[in-house]
Formats: sequence, C-alpha cells, structure tokens
Amino acid sequence: MRQPVLEIRNLDVGYGLGDVALRAVRDVSLTLHRGEVLGLAGESGSGKSTLAYGVTRLLPPPGVITGGEVVYHPENGSPYDVLALGDRELRAFRWAETAIVFQGAMNSLNPVHRISVQLTDVIAAHQPDLSARARAERAREMLRLVGIAADRMDAYPHQLSGGMRQRVMIGMALALQPQIVIMDEPTTALDVVMQRQILRQLVALRERLGFSVIFITHDLSLLVEFADRIAIMYGGRIVEEAPASALYRDALHPYTAGLLGSFPALRGPRRDLTGIPGSPPDLTSMPTGCSFHPRCPKAFEPCPVTIPPLGSPDTPGGSTRTVACLLHPATNPEVR
Amino acid sequence: MTPSTSAVAPVSEVVLDAAGLTKHFPVRRRLRDLLSRHAGAVHAVDDVNLTLRRGQVVALVGESGSGKSTVARLLAQLHPRTGGEIRLNGEAVTVRGGRRFRAYAKRVQMIFQDPFASLNPVHSVRYHLTRSLRIHGRAGEGKDGLDQALTALLSQVQLTPAERYIDKFPHELSGGQRQRVAIARALGAGPEVLLADEPVSMLDVSIRLGVLNLLRDLKDRLDLAILYITHDIASARYFADETLVMYAGRLVEGGDSETVTQRPAHPYTQLLIDSAPDPDRVAGAVAAEVADRGDGEPPSLIRPPEGCRFHPRCPHAMARCTTDLPIPLPVGDRDGHWAACWLYGEPSAEGVAP
Ligand SMILES: Nc1ncnc2c1ncn2[C@@H]1O[C@H](COP(=O)(O)OP(=O)(O)OP(=O)(O)O)[C@@H](O)[C@H]1O
Ligand SMILES: Nc1ncnc2c1ncn2[C@@H]1O[C@H](COP(=O)(O)OP(=O)(O)OP(=O)(O)O)[C@@H](O)[C@H]1O
Ligand code: SF4
Ligand SMILES: [Mg+2]
Ligand SMILES: [Mg+2]
Repeated sequence: MRQPVLEIRNLDVGYGLGDVALRAVRDVSLTLHRGEVLGLAGESGSGKSTLAYGVTRLLPPPGVITGGEVVYHPENGSPYDVLALGDRELRAFRWAETAIVFQGAMNSLNPVHRISVQLTDVIAAHQPDLSARARAERAREMLRLVGIAADRMDAYPHQLSGGMRQRVMIGMALALQPQIVIMDEPTTALDVVMQRQILRQLVALRERLGFSVIFITHDLSLLVEFADRIAIMYGGRIVEEAPASALYRDALHPYTAGLLGSFPALRGPRRDLTGIPGSPPDLTSMPTGCSFHPRCPKAFEPCPVTIPPLGSPDTPGGSTRTVACLLHPATNPEVR
Repeated sequence: MTPSTSAVAPVSEVVLDAAGLTKHFPVRRRLRDLLSRHAGAVHAVDDVNLTLRRGQVVALVGESGSGKSTVARLLAQLHPRTGGEIRLNGEAVTVRGGRRFRAYAKRVQMIFQDPFASLNPVHSVRYHLTRSLRIHGRAGEGKDGLDQALTALLSQVQLTPAERYIDKFPHELSGGQRQRVAIARALGAGPEVLLADEPVSMLDVSIRLGVLNLLRDLKDRLDLAILYITHDIASARYFADETLVMYAGRLVEGGDSETVTQRPAHPYTQLLIDSAPDPDRVAGAVAAEVADRGDGEPPSLIRPPEGCRFHPRCPHAMARCTTDLPIPLPVGDRDGHWAACWLYGEPSAEGVAP
C-alpha cells in the first residue's frame, strides 16, 4: 500500500491570539503519500498558504499553530511530530527533508548576485563535498530543466522576466533533492507550454528521486491533469478530497463544482461564465452551519444549522474520497 | 504596419499606438566572451507594432520571457527604447522622468505583474490608495469625499466591506487580495490607457472572472483602452477584442481573439493552444505523454536563431525558415488575421504551402 510521508492531523492555525485571532486553518487533516503529487486548491484567502507554512513551521508572525500534529515519516527511521521538534531538529528537518517554493518567491532572489552564483551556493551549502565543477554542472542542469538558456546563467535577477525568476526558484528547490517539495503557486507567471514542460520534468524527477509534492494553486484545471489527488479548501477547512480524475468527473461538493465551472473554456462553444456568486467568508465571523451555505445553489434546511463533518460519502468508490457536505452524509465522519 | 490594424473590430479612436518598437538590453561581457564577436545584447523586443483603441482590449500572449512585460514598460515609458515610435492620441511622445512623465502616467497607467513587489510593505491599503487618488487629483472634497472615493475604489475590486481591508498592511492580505489592491491603485489615477501586465494571474478563477468583468465594465463605462498581458490564452478569448501572440521578442500572430484562439495559424500559437490544460486529459497523462510536439528549449535572446526565431522547435520548418525572417502574412480565413510564418507565403522552392 501507499505509505504516508506526511500526516497532518486536526491542524489549527490562526493569526493573532485571543479575541482578535483569525482562524485561517481549521481542523485540517490531510495525508501526503510517498511519491505522490497532492494538489491543494481553493479561493484566495481560503488558507492554502497558511496551511503550507504551518506544516513547515515557517509561519510569519502573528501566525500561530493552535492545535493538531504534523507527523513526518522519514524514509528510514520512526515517525515524529514536526510540531514538537526543538529548534535544532526543526532546522535539520527543514534543511534535509523539505524544499519550499514560496508564493511570490520570484522576489526572494538576491538582487546583487548572479543567478548562477545563487544556485551553486545553495547546492554547496547542502552538499559541501561536491566539487565546484559538479556544482556548476548541477546548476546548469537544473536551469535547463526549467527552460533557461545556458547563456543567461550569469544574469542578475532584475535582468530576468517574472516567469524566468519563478523558474529559477523551482530549479533551486529541485536542486536540493528533498523528500517533500511544497510549491505555493509556483507557475502563476508561466505560459502553458512552459508550465507543461516544467510539470512534466517534475513528474519525471519525482519518479526518479521518489519525492512527494504538495502543489498549491488556484488553477484547478492544471491539477486535474497533473495531480494524483486533490484537496479543496474553503474558509480554512478541507471540504473535499479525492483522486484527481474522480474529483473532475464527479465533484460532490457544490463549491468544487462551482470552481470547476468557472473556467473560461478554450475549446468548444463560448459558455457564459458565472463563477461562484457571493464572496469568500469573513474568517472573523463565519456563517453558521456549513460555511458555504450563503453561496450554495443547493443549500437546504439543515445547512445553516449543522456543520457537515468531513468523511467518506456513501457512494460507489466513496471510500477513496472525503467530502464535507450535508447532501452526502458521511459513513465514517472523522471524530472531532 | 502589420495587417492587424485593418478591420479587426469596428473602428474606434486610436489612443496609443506603437510602431517598430525595439528594445535591446546590453549585457556586460565577461572575460571569456571578449574573444567572441557577437554584440552582446538581449534582444528582448524587436519591431513590435500595436494599436490601442478607446473602449477596446488588446491581449498580448506568449511565452515566458518573450518580451511582453518589456513591451508594456516601453509603452509606459519606463524604459528608454532602442528603436521605434510611440504615439499618444497621434502625437509622438518620448518622456524621461519629471513633470512630463507624471502627466503621461496619469493617462497611461500600468498594473504590474507582481503585487508582492509593487506594494510597499510598510504602508497600509489606505495609504496606497489615498496617495494614488491625491497625485492624480481625484481624492474628492474633504475627509468624507476621500472616504467615499476609497470605498468606491475598494468595492470596484470587490474588497468589500471596505472597512475590513482599508487599514490592512500588505502582509496581512492573501496574495489575491494584494493584487486587487494593486489594481485599485491604478484605477485611482483615472487613466485613459491601462497597461495590465498579468493582472489576474495570481487570482483564483472565481475572483479572476470578477476582475476581468470589472475591467470590461470599466472599459465600457470609461472608454478605457486596455492592453491585457496574459499567459492564459483562454481568458484572452473571453476578454479581448484582439489577440497578439509574441514569441522570442517578436509578434508572430494577430487577429480577432476568437479566430486566433479557435483557428491558430502560427505553429507556436498552435503549440500554445494545444498545451492548455485540458481536464479531459486526466491525471497521469502528462507523464505518459511521450512525444509532445514542438518541445524543446526557448531560444537564446542574446543570439536569437536566424530566420524565423521559432524554427528550431517548429515541426513544419522549411529550409527558408532557417534563413529568412518571416514577414506578417495574411492567413486568409478572416479579415485581419495574420501570421509571421512562411507557411502562409507564396509556395517556396519546396512547394510546401497550405
Ligand atoms: N500575516 C497575516 N496576518 C493576518 N492575517 C493573515 C496573515 N496572512 C494571511 N492572513 C489571512 O489569512 C487568510 C488565509 O490566507 P492565505 O494566505 O493562507 O490564503 P491563500 O489560500 O493562500 O490565498 P491566495 O490564493 O490568495 O494566496 C486570509 O484571510 C488572509 O487575509
Ligand atoms: N533589465 C534587463 N536587463 C537585461 N535583460 C532584461 C532586462 N529586463 C528584461 N530582460 C530580458 O528581456 C526578455 C524579455 O523579458 P520580459 O520581462 O519582457 O518577458 P515577459 O514576456 O514579460 O515574460 P514573463 O511572462 O515571464 O513575465 C527576457 O529574456 C529578460 O531576461
Ligand atoms: S516560419 Fe517556418 S519555422 Fe517559423 S513557424 Fe512558420 S513554418 Fe515554422
Ligand atoms: Mg496563498
Ligand atoms: Mg512579464
């Protein structure tokens, strides 16, 4: 069976403390398996980045983790809770096991150094025993992987386009050969040809090196094609999680259906685009019951009252997926 | 002039147009290059012609690094140009800073690609928007007038209720919320031309739609001319009247958006359309996909390929493509649809023409 590599259990993350706290991630449970690409999608502000940074404890202040655990399963060795690590072990965990491409990371390149230098420095820090020549070779290889011509290696960040800088960041993350790669909107600045090329490289590399990927994006159509499983977030919670193809063919949560329906179609007749009516919930005063009910086209009597638990629906193939919607009562709601 | 300017849509007044726009960025040579003879410049933009009309949207799509942002920055007069001319309402303009630049910027506003860099982290949303309204004399009368103008701006970008966002700092907003503040700030100037560099690529689909509808609404109500730079060609289909495609610093195709997206003529545009995410190609297919067409690396812009810049990746390349620069040629299916590709030229020696 597929082995878990990272298990997120009942994670709560907020910004600020006490009365003014904003609960950005609420009781999230999610498992990343070895060698898997897990997609995370949802509207802006739904808590995707907060979840990713919570998991690696890289939350900017005033972000605080208020509950839950994040269990990491090393390749050799026994599982441990990342949230319980001391500073030194935490640094070691981040350093050796994870690589993150932050949202907007294209600005985190150092403006005063050539990208070739930044890339080889990072590789050197991780693998001090590599020769200078091998480092340069690895750097060139990574840049080729993300489609940057060798004659631009010596450019400074400001001499590169937005998408080129984004690609350098992806190359840098992959150069570290981590166990878990977290990518937060890594391809927002890329055209589809490039996107596809990089994703294909990522999938191939994953097969060769066996790492796992959490891929955060608002582009659900990209995930449907390229992720193994997809989790959908709304108002800080996971509202649906399923194998990519099942989610696309048969979205159970009305919010997922809304997300899928709001893409402009490139092929076929021009549809009228409605999007999802209404606006995302105010995290400081969430609607009662199902937090999606004010915007839900299928809401019925219990929705404003009862919080739907996340659990497997009673449908064929239901055991491979979970959903939090009263239309699909869970057979095994997770205990809260 | 490329054929793109002929009869694409009902003719309306030209606000901003550019002819022969060219930008080469010099690269400093390193020691080992001194022996080589090539000039050492990034050919970011070469010979771009485009026309923005009142109440119309022109989309500029193309590969990452193909020069789209550079075109926008040239139009906004943020870079000196290597060659070409820019005319605002028919008058050739070249401004370098100072008062003339501010006057130009009030009429031609740019929304930058990257809201993470373009908002100042130490200032609140209120500060950013107030400043834009003040600089351009649109802050209204007194405190009430200002508050009204601020509330209106925020609701235009769907950051409502305004009180929830107005005193926030950039780091307290999600990526999408930040980008909407950047859009509101540009709208604060009340511009005639909006150069929108990937204005919605950071936004999720539902908000993206809202913002595009908003831009369309503003275009209609305020008669704005909009250059819409995007890598999302599907959104160009929905939002833009005309679509131009850029590859490696040159325009390679243009025409009305429906034609360009449904009947792409240039092999690069065809590759772009075929690469668009297609949910019907389900998970795993990407890995299984073996021989994708037109694969390969983007070309060097320091030494761009001779002839057609796409020829090293082009599945249809002919001998002529490796030597002669293709000129814009009418595709022949619709008025104003053109492609810079020899497939649409007179039959060449090999006689390969559609
Ligand atoms: N440093 C912070 N202080 C206070 N609130 C914050 C902070 N960072 C994020 N938030 C709030 O937490 C919520 C979740 O933000 P997050 O960045 O995780 O969303 P997201 O799903 O990644 O959105 P996007 O798609 O726009 O990046 C948002 O409402 C945001 O305003
Ligand atoms: N200041 C500069 N100095 C040198 N080269 C530059 C400079 N600015 C841009 N370039 C180069 O010009 C080319 C075009 O860049 P531009 O930012 O216009 O691309 P783009 O089409 O907007 O790409 P993206 O979709 O990735 O944003 C790139 O190769 C880039 O490296
Ligand atoms: S000109 Fe030749 S190489 Fe260029 S796109 Fe057309 S067929 Fe391909
Ligand atoms: Mg985010
Ligand atoms: Mg750009």
